[in-house]
Amino acid sequence: MKLLHYWRAMWGIIWRELWRFVTQRERFISALVRPLVWLFVFAAGFRAALGLAITPPYETYILYEVYITPGLIGMIQLFNGMQSSLSMVYDREMGSMRILMVCPLPRGFLLLSKLLAGTAVSIVQVYVFLAIAWFYEIQAPWQGYLWVLPALMLSGLMLGALGLLLSSFIKQLENFAGVMNFVIFPLFFMSTALYPLWKIKESSELLHNLAKYNPFSQAVELTRFALYEQFNQEAFIYTFVAFVIFMIAAIIGYNPSRGMMVRKGGG
Amino acid sequence: MKAPIALLVKNLSFSYSGKKALDDVNFKIQQGECTILLGPNGAGKSTLFSLITRLYDTRSGRIELCGFDIKRQTRKALAKLGVVFQQTTLDMDLTVMQNLRYHASLHGMSRKQATQRIQEELERLDMVDRRFEQIRELNGGHRRRVEIARALLHKPSLLLLDEPTVGLDVPSRHDIVEHVHRLAVEQQMAVLWASHLIDEIYPQDRLIVLHKGRIKAQGTVDEVQALTHAATIKEAFYKLTQGEQA
Repeated sequence: MKLLHYWRAMWGIIWRELWRFVTQRERFISALVRPLVWLFVFAAGFRAALGLAITPPYETYILYEVYITPGLIGMIQLFNGMQSSLSMVYDREMGSMRILMVCPLPRGFLLLSKLLAGTAVSIVQVYVFLAIAWFYEIQAPWQGYLWVLPALMLSGLMLGALGLLLSSFIKQLENFAGVMNFVIFPLFFMSTALYPLWKIKESSELLHNLAKYNPFSQAVELTRFALYEQFNQEAFIYTFVAFVIFMIAAIIGYNPSRGMMVRKGGG
Repeated sequence: MKAPIALLVKNLSFSYSGKKALDDVNFKIQQGECTILLGPNGAGKSTLFSLITRLYDTRSGRIELCGFDIKRQTRKALAKLGVVFQQTTLDMDLTVMQNLRYHASLHGMSRKQATQRIQEELERLDMVDRRFEQIRELNGGHRRRVEIARALLHKPSLLLLDEPTVGLDVPSRHDIVEHVHRLAVEQQMAVLWASHLIDEIYPQDRLIVLHKGRIKAQGTVDEVQALTHAATIKEAFYKLTQGEQA
């Protein structure tokens, strides 16, 4: 009976998020346009400028568009994770977060459900993106599209948990612009989304180290390998540990005894 | 025989960065009782609600809902609680039905159970015909009705309402005041209604007058009037709040 309660609540939260996403057509389109512009414009322009050696998981020379695709998947999930946290700040300002927080279930579970809901939305976006990329002749082995699903779940959860953690700090919606400048851009540009590690090392040792230990890089690599039916253990462990740390910190952030809820005041 | 206690607040104090928002607050509400929490803006009403709903942590004092300590038995306590917050907390893009179903799922109700309860509550509030309309399309009064229906779906023992009639026109306000008072009588539900509007008080209600975080008076309408030697509740309220400020 109790388990059923948990299940129904989790499904309710996921359903609400998916429904909202589907009905907000502008959000759907803008979530797709961003990586597609990078793919069609940025990557096409860089194709000639960048030469890529054969590195795992690739077994042949690849086009830059092929290299950048997992990075753009990461970008979709990164923006989605931040978008979810934005919607949580909005929900909190508008009060609907309160309805969630006063339901008789553990807060950690409610936040995890919220996170799963955001991840489900990001996975829908990723598969639509991959479908478009397929017609642009960026094609992974077909099993790779199945392999990538658990990787997307983990990376989506990790990036969502980061967003959740940030949302527990952000007091007002207006402060979200800071997240763009200080979180999204550094995470994305200092990662292996756009260039492989060895290429970054050629230009800067510091940048190389930052990119190597950036959890976003690890999520991208996990996805990259999974898309080619390979399991990158290091990336998996790193992403998983990052998820656990962000999640615990977010739960503490939303805990009324210890977190930032009191400091936010309101009412 | 006395009705069971739905809400017990004992020695409750709360501060925001050193400033006391609530100072040694004590009261209880029994089943079937409608209690109006009266206080001017900034009296501490919303802080008290945030503590009862566990949005804030109780650091000093104790809150019990139907005998369950909100700090130690949070989930059992919250299961007994229905809340209507001051700000609307409905999802504007979803329909009335979808909003209510979402709430039902958070309380673990099956689809069949939820459908039945939604039907009952919407009928009671004369909102059944509007169940497939988006919240965005409803006026303020109807939105409030949906929120009250939502707060009652899981049959709580205590209903909290934080200034639910703010911004509503007179007929909508009257309907909501009437409906909630009827709930207390017919369903033996305990109600705590925060307000600063005197005309929302019925003669049989109990009153708690909160001012600057302290309870200035509590009891029936007659008792509070007698305590302040006032002829009307408006005068009593003035004496208890404005009088001190002067």
